Amino acid sequence: MKLNKTHLVLAMMAVLATGCSSTDEEGSLADGGQSGADASTSGYNDGSMAGSQFGSGNGYNSGSGSNLGPEFSDPNNPLSKQVIYFELDSSQVKQEYVPVVAAHAQYLASHPNQHVILSGHADERGSSEYNIALGEQRAKSVERMMRSQGVTGGQLEIVSYGEEKPAVSGSGESAWQMNRRVEVGYQ
Amino acid sequence: MSLVIKTFFLGLLAALLSVAQAEGLTIEITKGSQTAVPIAIVPFAQQGSVGNVKLTDVISSDLAGSGFFKTLPEEDMLTQPSEPEKINFRDWQVLGQDYMVIGQVLGNGGSFNIQFHLFNVHNGQLLMGYKLTVGGNELRRAAHHISDLIYEKLTGRKGAFNTRIAYVTSAARGGGKQYMLQVADADGYNPRTIAESPEPIMAPAWSPDGAKIAYVSFHTKRSEIFVQTLATGQRQSVSSYPGINGAPAFSPDGSRLAITLSKDGSPDIYVLNLSNRNLTRLTSGLSIDTEPSWSADGGTIVFTSDQGGKPQLYTIPSSGGRATRLTFQGDYNARGRFSADGRSLAMVNGNGGRYRIAVMDMASRTVNVLSEGNLDESPSFAPNGSMILFAANKGGRSVLSVVSTDGAMQQKLDFQSGGVREPAWAP
Repeated sequence: MKLNKTHLVLAMMAVLATGCSSTDEEGSLADGGQSGADASTSGYNDGSMAGSQFGSGNGYNSGSGSNLGPEFSDPNNPLSKQVIYFELDSSQVKQEYVPVVAAHAQYLASHPNQHVILSGHADERGSSEYNIALGEQRAKSVERMMRSQGVTGGQLEIVSYGEEKPAVSGSGESAWQMNRRVEVGYQ
Repeated sequence: MSLVIKTFFLGLLAALLSVAQAEGLTIEITKGSQTAVPIAIVPFAQQGSVGNVKLTDVISSDLAGSGFFKTLPEEDMLTQPSEPEKINFRDWQVLGQDYMVIGQVLGNGGSFNIQFHLFNVHNGQLLMGYKLTVGGNELRRAAHHISDLIYEKLTGRKGAFNTRIAYVTSAARGGGKQYMLQVADADGYNPRTIAESPEPIMAPAWSPDGAKIAYVSFHTKRSEIFVQTLATGQRQSVSSYPGINGAPAFSPDGSRLAITLSKDGSPDIYVLNLSNRNLTRLTSGLSIDTEPSWSADGGTIVFTSDQGGKPQLYTIPSSGGRATRLTFQGDYNARGRFSADGRSLAMVNGNGGRYRIAVMDMASRTVNVLSEGNLDESPSFAPNGSMILFAANKGGRSVLSVVSTDGAMQQKLDFQSGGVREPAWAP
């Protein structure tokens, strides 16, 4: 059956995502083609800076206003999901999010000029710099799955915010599970 | 805006109230020591214009906050002498006091002449008499200096009241957030913003001479390490490699930064030479290696690694070599920080889902859990090693806390306007 075969491929991708080494990541970050122009004008250290320049940070649909098709707002389409959630202290993409990552990977593979930023996040528990590392591992898991499906390194950029940018404030598992995440931000 | 400093003691139902000018900051002693030494800080007699800083409130707050002293509430004082010959020591003995401080402030057109005397209440002996002259805006500093003198006289250890701290605040602004790196007095007063950004700022670290701060900024939407000179505000980018640029820590001689980079794969510890920008890689492999901190002699770096599965602390020679595991107690030990004398190591200890501040005695390797929260992080020693400053969570909001290294005393610095994290006590 077609469905089963898809599941098998996705399961293999999941294994791949968690098992393999990360030594081949450098190129994808180095030539990530960061749209640096707006970033350099951050008005940093300037008291008069109106926080609007960066808006409210990387929300769930960051950048989706550009040229993304209606499939991104169709709740029945996995592309409408742009946040991948993780278990505690884990960077393994959960089974239920494998189709979501695959859908984004397919879209990116067929739109080679489209760039995304994969931003990794952690919940507030533990130390902040360790959580930066954990957030990066999560983003790299998603990146590996995407690249295994034909997305080129130049389309993907990774940044980890650790516990610095929670999606949901407050303490407790209901907030924490929303904060252990990777956001797929179309640029 | 006025500010209320509240002081609560266990075992002593006393509240000391005073007013000063920092905005929205509350200092609350959440755990007081039962064995603290009773001391009466008698309000200083004032002549001339003495400004709006009440020296004795600052001194009382400092000494009570140290955990070594409990101060007598002003309303319990039967008299308020300001000259030695006016003291009736029996009055103070009856009030259960061991020591007392009296003094005078003379406003002198822009500067202040301050003198004070410290007495042993039991035998009337004069332990210290001292005079100082300070400028108009230095009254709080003078008060901290007096606290240092009293503390050192009575405990034999140097005080750390006249020191500074750095920390990062975050508050909602314009639909987003604004992060501010601030430097303030150790009691949270006189805050000064040295960097701000709508993107996160992390991991402030002081240079050994206290003149510079290294920190991580995401203002370009990537992580980048800066070194900023406090006196001039001049800021220099020192690390902007692909991936993580994090966890800067100055070497004891100030010439190098230990940092975390993930440019070669997983996060590893590197040493960056600040004069020629040469990088030396200390760790490798697939594990997360981060949060480096130097030993006092500069020979060893302690860091967090999950190479054994869970995060634990390891040491490695700062010139490179084999890593040795240091912590075995608890399922999570991270973010080690040495005391200035190198005898103690503070860390975040996770056990059964609680994250608390613990300290390891380096000689015996005994670990003592000091703090009582669930989400405590970012420990930083006072320069005299007597206290540890850390970030805690209170009702979903982050606050700063201070715990004495024997765990007897804990107090909280609460900035009402937003969260405050990532504290670092200046050397």
